[in-house]
Amino acid sequence: MINVIHRMKDLPSTHLLGTGTPMCAGCGGLGGLHQIYDLLGTRTVFVNAAGCMTLLAAYPFTPFRGSWLYTAMASAPAGAQGVRDALDILLEQGRMPRDEDLTTVVITGDGSAYGMGLSATSAAIERGLDFIYFCYDNEGYGNTGQQSSSATPHAARTATSRSHAGRKKDLFAIWAAHQPAYAATVIAAEPLDLAKKIEKAKSLRGPRLILSLAPCPPGWDFDPADAITIGRLAVRSGIWPLKEYVDGRIVHTNRPHPRVPVEDYLKTQGRFRHLFEPRRDETLLAEIQARVDAYWASVDT
Amino acid sequence: MKQLLTGNAAAAWGARLAGADYVPAFPITPQTEIIELLAQWFATGEMGGRLVMMESEHSMLTAAAAAAATGVRAFTATSSQGLLYAMEMLYTVPGWRAPFVLVNVSRGLASPITLESDHNDILAARDSGFLQIHCAGCQEVLDSVLLAYRLAEDERVRLPVIVNLDGFTLSFTREPVAVPLAAEAAQFLPQYDAKNIRFRASKPISQAVAVLGGSPYSYFRYETHLAALNAVDVYEEVATDFAKRFGRRHAAVECYRSDDAEYLYFMIGAFASKAMDAVDRLRETGMRIGLVRPRLLRPYPVNALRRALSGKKAVAVIDQNLSMGKGGVLVTELASALYSEPGAPLLASYVAGLGGRDISQEEFFEIAGELRGAHTRGSAPAPRLLYTAEELRELRKLQAIAAVEREEIGGRK
Repeated sequence: MINVIHRMKDLPSTHLLGTGTPMCAGCGGLGGLHQIYDLLGTRTVFVNAAGCMTLLAAYPFTPFRGSWLYTAMASAPAGAQGVRDALDILLEQGRMPRDEDLTTVVITGDGSAYGMGLSATSAAIERGLDFIYFCYDNEGYGNTGQQSSSATPHAARTATSRSHAGRKKDLFAIWAAHQPAYAATVIAAEPLDLAKKIEKAKSLRGPRLILSLAPCPPGWDFDPADAITIGRLAVRSGIWPLKEYVDGRIVHTNRPHPRVPVEDYLKTQGRFRHLFEPRRDETLLAEIQARVDAYWASVDT
Repeated sequence: MKQLLTGNAAAAWGARLAGADYVPAFPITPQTEIIELLAQWFATGEMGGRLVMMESEHSMLTAAAAAAATGVRAFTATSSQGLLYAMEMLYTVPGWRAPFVLVNVSRGLASPITLESDHNDILAARDSGFLQIHCAGCQEVLDSVLLAYRLAEDERVRLPVIVNLDGFTLSFTREPVAVPLAAEAAQFLPQYDAKNIRFRASKPISQAVAVLGGSPYSYFRYETHLAALNAVDVYEEVATDFAKRFGRRHAAVECYRSDDAEYLYFMIGAFASKAMDAVDRLRETGMRIGLVRPRLLRPYPVNALRRALSGKKAVAVIDQNLSMGKGGVLVTELASALYSEPGAPLLASYVAGLGGRDISQEEFFEIAGELRGAHTRGSAPAPRLLYTAEELRELRKLQAIAAVEREEIGGRK
């Protein structure tokens, strides 16, 4: 069922995902999942890749009212392929009533999505697999203590880097290059934007990316109470552009204006403290700001 | 009616007659003919459902198991490096208790990289939870795929099964194969009913979830093991039903002229037919020798093996595999089954036939001679890695050429 969402008032008031999960307080990934699950509903099978959220379903409990399949770190899209194909075969052969059908949703962290699982993901998109791919991106291997991944932003401190040298792979662009049915970036701190994108994704068939930046209190080193504030700053500083790819075009769904300085976002998190203490690293701060500015200059036409 | 079929074609016919709905595939020599044939049959509508090309064996196995967990009959095939690339999922999916069949076309493992057959690939999957059926002929390949589905889908088992055939020696060898009629195959193997193992909107399930702590973990691991053990008796039932319907009996442990034998060869796979030939010739000279060939390797048919081997004087176990730093895998397993059995025979260990290396008739005769000597002496000979002086001479030539080549491109001697 597709809902029309214009205002916060249109968002679902019943919440489907159970409480009491082992996720950390203030988990930005779980915040996104709560909202997404309310919109996708229980006629879903979540196919999981190894990551924080693997622990959502820990025997004998699960917060999902629908189905769940844990696969491995590298092959969740292949699991979704097997489930989707099997459901299609059963439908085609009249062996299963249509009302038993399920939406296939991959649920993965950035470690798998940007790295080990990328080959399986790319192949599933190329095959035109009809699935939603939800990535909670907390910019590191969070479940194992926030080692750096290829989603880690430049200059972030992680358990394996004092100041990360890489520059965060652009997963949205990688998806867009495959010409999928849909791709969108979202964040739990902007629920209306997120909900509109989920509804759009629901109205389409084929490979659909929902890439959710997931502020991570232990990994990014901030107080769980600040998760939403930090999420909003990610959007308003322009470091996390909210956008979607549909019909071959990329559209920005939120153009922050004026953009707040990116350091307002960086200084909320311990992982960037070395940019400010013991003395400001003007060079790095300027470089990070310049990259954000250059991005928006390239898309503000 | 018999048709001339390669081992690969026989495997594909097995999947077709089993009514496999879904084949996720990835090509690897020497398996490709299987998936090419299946792709053709799906395209022409001779098979219903679909074949999907995956980007790796790891994904291929994930998709096969996920489809099986959704309630369709899945089939797939691989070999060697592919099987090892899928190894994580090979160990993962038996715990899903979603039955399907994987054909492995055995091929030696890197390094050095090679194309021809031995059994190190399939034996690396030994402890995975997949059951294993090992074939020595093309007819057996077709029949075993049908048997494997019955075994896998039985409610007392509910585990995936690997049917193994040797690359080249079986995969590319044509033999006359009786292809059952589709209707007869369907009677033996009715449409898959997944019962409670499936994803449906009205009956949500969580599959393959995490456990916290060793106690639930041990419980589910034990359950999988016990289900695998159940497969010994279930195999017997299924093989009996198959024999009744099709007139071909595929015992869990194949015995050839072994009842009255004093000595035995013990092997798996296609090269066992060479041992049968050696048995026939040695019998002509008066030596009472036979062959025992386990078809079922997982579950390990301990009792049948003890019955087949106890009271024999000496058994030559010929391993087409090598556990580095230990030796043959089959001999190790057999020793554990026979240890403390009254009347256990002496076990002589031979490693041979790696990467397609032939095992000659002379070597079988030499081995038979050693068995006699072992019995006379009352002790087993030291394990042997078969390699002839002639082979070594040829290898030295290759080394000499390699040295010259290196020198010519400017390397040091």
